[in-house]
Amino acid sequence: MIIDVNVSLSRWPNRRLPLDETSKLAATLMQNGVSQAWAGTFDGLLHNDLAAANKWLVDQCRSVDEKLLLPFGAVNLSLPAWEEDVRRCHEFHGMKGVRLLPGYHDYTLEDPRFRQLLSLLAETQMLLQIAVRQEDPRTQHRLLMTKDVDLKPLLTLLSDFSNLPVILLNAVTGSAVELHGQLAAAGNVYFDIATLEGLAGLERQVQSLPFGRLLFGSHSPFFAFDSAKLKLQESELPAQSTEQITHLNAVKILEELC
Amino acid sequence: MIWDLHCHLNGIPGRTPDEKMARLIEVADRMQIERLVLFMGAPFLTAPTPEQFREQNDQVLQAISHWHHRAFGFVYLNPEYEQESLLELDRCVKDGPMTGIKLWVAKRCDSASVDAIVRRAIELKAVIYQHTWLKSTGNLDGESTPADLYALASRHPEASIICGHTGGNWELGIRTIRDLPHVSVDLGGGDPTAGLVEMAVRELGASRVLYGSDVAGRSFASQLGKVTAAEITPEEKQMILGQNLRRLMSPILQAKGVRL
Repeated sequence: MIIDVNVSLSRWPNRRLPLDETSKLAATLMQNGVSQAWAGTFDGLLHNDLAAANKWLVDQCRSVDEKLLLPFGAVNLSLPAWEEDVRRCHEFHGMKGVRLLPGYHDYTLEDPRFRQLLSLLAETQMLLQIAVRQEDPRTQHRLLMTKDVDLKPLLTLLSDFSNLPVILLNAVTGSAVELHGQLAAAGNVYFDIATLEGLAGLERQVQSLPFGRLLFGSHSPFFAFDSAKLKLQESELPAQSTEQITHLNAVKILEELC
Repeated sequence: MIWDLHCHLNGIPGRTPDEKMARLIEVADRMQIERLVLFMGAPFLTAPTPEQFREQNDQVLQAISHWHHRAFGFVYLNPEYEQESLLELDRCVKDGPMTGIKLWVAKRCDSASVDAIVRRAIELKAVIYQHTWLKSTGNLDGESTPADLYALASRHPEASIICGHTGGNWELGIRTIRDLPHVSVDLGGGDPTAGLVEMAVRELGASRVLYGSDVAGRSFASQLGKVTAAEITPEEKQMILGQNLRRLMSPILQAKGVRL
């Protein structure tokens, strides 16, 4: 059983991906034992009408299997009235959380609006996903260059939001290892394994992050799904720890929201 | 059959090349990888002196010394030192067990000083692995682009040349080397971006596409996943995962009397 916390629907802005049709992605996920996938939308990267993008996301999830694809709406704190997008994600769509894409939305986590968002999510008992990167900066389209999100400001804020589940997507890249450990210690912060690399990377990763803070994330369809799944084979982990990563930690996060 | 074109000792736990190699084989076994190609030692040196590249090659020679049934070595050279590189090529390939050449970022490969190395490699039937990247964030001074490789490879149609990392920005890398049939691409060392393998097979043919991981900087998993998940035929996957590399190295292995 796998809960994949990091998939996206719709089109990548500058390339067709083999699984960028929702039905194809869903079929691949199911073939690989994924029972639930937390889905954002690539439309959230550049679209300004996020209400429409998020409505489309919900419709796509429902078109396949509501139990398989759990929508996580995009919120852009640089847009006017972003709070309304959060409200609709919560009240209209019943989403469990929202996904931020700060690298594409031109703000940092020091922005006062980020603290406001944390307050709003804490009030409404929603979880937060932050996509720290979507693509290696070295391969980005020259007209769509973004930097990885600086997570240091989050460390300060966590003291006021220590119970809010925060999932950092595509954050584990071999840098900022010490900061990641501090974030995990300071709050209810989790990391997915989509960008985890290195020989037997999971065995090494748990030296800085406990198993309880790691989640299975594939970053499909931008990444090949198998790349995440094979990481479980490459590292020799205790069975209980593997289950924590593949689904138990994600289940716990959702249960604590209820 | 899985043969991994692109492995490093750097970054693997262990006090000695032997310890690092034992760990590398242990993890490779989990992934059913039969054969590994190693190049460069630890730490990584972007512009090694002759003394340094000899020491790096000694590490690889030591690492593979007990694993000739599982591993091959490529000799690491620096074209800034042409004569010393040619001597090292003879030491490690002609007179030693290595089967190919690794050129990294010391000097761009369109330079004339690389020609003598390539000519000698052709004589020895050695495979040439040239690192290439076309970074949106900017290349290192001596870092070759796929266009640099195109210039080099165009001068040496008899050479067996591998375009490292498929140029990094692989859509551009594939387009650049497409019309050079003696140039293959290495899939390793980049994110497991979906579509890479499909495009490479479509534009180059599966016979010119090689699986490599770039461990220990990368994982076997992330790089194998590019191939296993690709929308290509099972036969094409077999070619990419091992058959192509075996074919490319067959001339030198036969010349050395190595039986597989």
